Amino acid sequence: MLEVKGLEVRYGGIVALRAVDLTVGRGEIVTLIGANGAGKSTLLGAVSGLVRPAAGQVFYQGKPVAGQKAHRLSRQGLILVPEGRRVFANLEVEENLILGGYFRPWDRHQRQDLERIYADFPRLAERRHQKAGTLSGGEQQMLALGRALMSRPALLMMDEPSLGLAPLLVAEVFKIIRRIRDDGVTILLIEQNAAAALTIADRGYVLENGRVVLGGPGRELMADGRVQRAYLGMD
Amino acid sequence: MSRLSRWFDPGPLPAQSESRGRDSGLTVLGCLGAAALLWLIEAQGGGYVVHMTTLAGLFAVLAISYNLINGVTGQFSLEPNAFVACGAYVTALLTLSPAEKEMTFILEPLVWPFAVISLSLPVALVIAGLVTTLMAFVMGFPVFRVRGDYLAIVTLGFGEVIRVVANNAQSVTNGPLGLKGIPHLTNIWWAWGLAAVTLFVVMRLVNSSYGRALKAIREDEAAAEAMGINAFWHKMLAFTVSAFFEGVAGGLLGHLITTISPSLFTFFLTFNLLIIIVVGGLGSTTGAVLAAVLFTFGGEWLRVVEEPISFLGLDIPGIPGMRMVVFSLILMAFMIFARQGILGKHEFSWRWLLGLVRRRGGRA
Repeated sequence: MLEVKGLEVRYGGIVALRAVDLTVGRGEIVTLIGANGAGKSTLLGAVSGLVRPAAGQVFYQGKPVAGQKAHRLSRQGLILVPEGRRVFANLEVEENLILGGYFRPWDRHQRQDLERIYADFPRLAERRHQKAGTLSGGEQQMLALGRALMSRPALLMMDEPSLGLAPLLVAEVFKIIRRIRDDGVTILLIEQNAAAALTIADRGYVLENGRVVLGGPGRELMADGRVQRAYLGMD
Repeated sequence: MSRLSRWFDPGPLPAQSESRGRDSGLTVLGCLGAAALLWLIEAQGGGYVVHMTTLAGLFAVLAISYNLINGVTGQFSLEPNAFVACGAYVTALLTLSPAEKEMTFILEPLVWPFAVISLSLPVALVIAGLVTTLMAFVMGFPVFRVRGDYLAIVTLGFGEVIRVVANNAQSVTNGPLGLKGIPHLTNIWWAWGLAAVTLFVVMRLVNSSYGRALKAIREDEAAAEAMGINAFWHKMLAFTVSAFFEGVAGGLLGHLITTISPSLFTFFLTFNLLIIIVVGGLGSTTGAVLAAVLFTFGGEWLRVVEEPISFLGLDIPGIPGMRMVVFSLILMAFMIFARQGILGKHEFSWRWLLGLVRRRGGRA
């Protein structure tokens, strides 16, 4: 589904990512863990077209997409849920959701999708005419997810969906992520909450200072001594 | 939310679909009422009031279109004086008779196509609008490469460039002398007719899916792009639509005051429009209309404070310029107590008005 080869990104003179290789297979949940500044968000930015890579290649569904604009990629089902939710605060919940399917015509299918999302997230249905900015953090995260689903993603990339949420809500969000995958959406997930992410992930990568230092099935990574010490807080 | 815009918040509204028929009926009634009011002003108001009402209509057009790019799309730009100037000059050059132009252009003769043609006002206005749109289109490419403060500075520069060009392109604009003897063709119906058309077009745009995308760009441009919205072309859409109406309004402005010169289109024009849309509530189209009317007449009402006042046996002589002091104080009070403007981000609609009446009435 997604293949990244030798990806390099620079901000001015600083190299944020160097020679990153990574693959995501159809129907997988792949997670990317790493400390602050390891380059996780940069990687998602480069794949989704928000950041221009300096070198390397990105293949999405077999086609090279590196350097393409974000709004083009999202039309091909490559959807990013940005860090910090980024809902449109002064627009209503429903307007936010409708915007998610912006590039598709507003028709019966879209209306069905909207009803399905309301069924999946009853809180959003209750608040459909409320301004998105008045929602709680957890509700905003649900809205960001719902909005992304309105784009009918094939590959959904999520940047720290658990950021700033209470533990109970984190569990809820991860349950939803798994359900989205079961509906046939491939998922690339960035997390600082390594324990939670590795539990639901099929495979994982560890990013350190812009390099992939480890990769493998989620369970294996969780059992790895280096991961346990650095990210899971075990001795 | 400030106290003022909270006062205008009717709370949750019923769904729009429930009341569409009633709303269209009320809109037709409202338009008829407004037309009757304008007719009354024209018949009874006297020259001065009619002039001010006409000017208010043109300012309403300018405020609505400026608000589209600044308030709705959230692109803080400072160029409307350039668009108004462009519209005013193009229209005037097209409607003035060749004989008149020959008399005006004494230093250098007018360039070819303008020197020989003379068109009717409606045709000239459409051409002026299109020329202004084209100018905005060309300008949009460099300008929308930057955002925020940088966008403000770049567009400010463009506005200044147009003024300087108008000052120096002697054979097109007659330089600092300006154009005189423009026929007084703009009346109350032209101004408010254009205002109605602008209001209709802009409201339709804002309430369409394009409008929703424009607001999304205002809220968070990167997130909007991630939804598949091409931010550049959407900004361009808002920019060119706003330029078209600003150009046409500029043309009507020239035919209202009959004399135009570059000094009329300085940054102060932009600055006044900015005050109007901020006071009306950035992003509120109907708020822009309301504020344009208040602003145009307010400046005149404030003349009261410049007259000699006799207060409790104390004679205060008239102080010229006092109204600007009072005006500034009012503005400051506005920014402290009602930063969101009169309507905030709300929009006048019948649904909104009835909701407000119900809520306020219920409490009283």
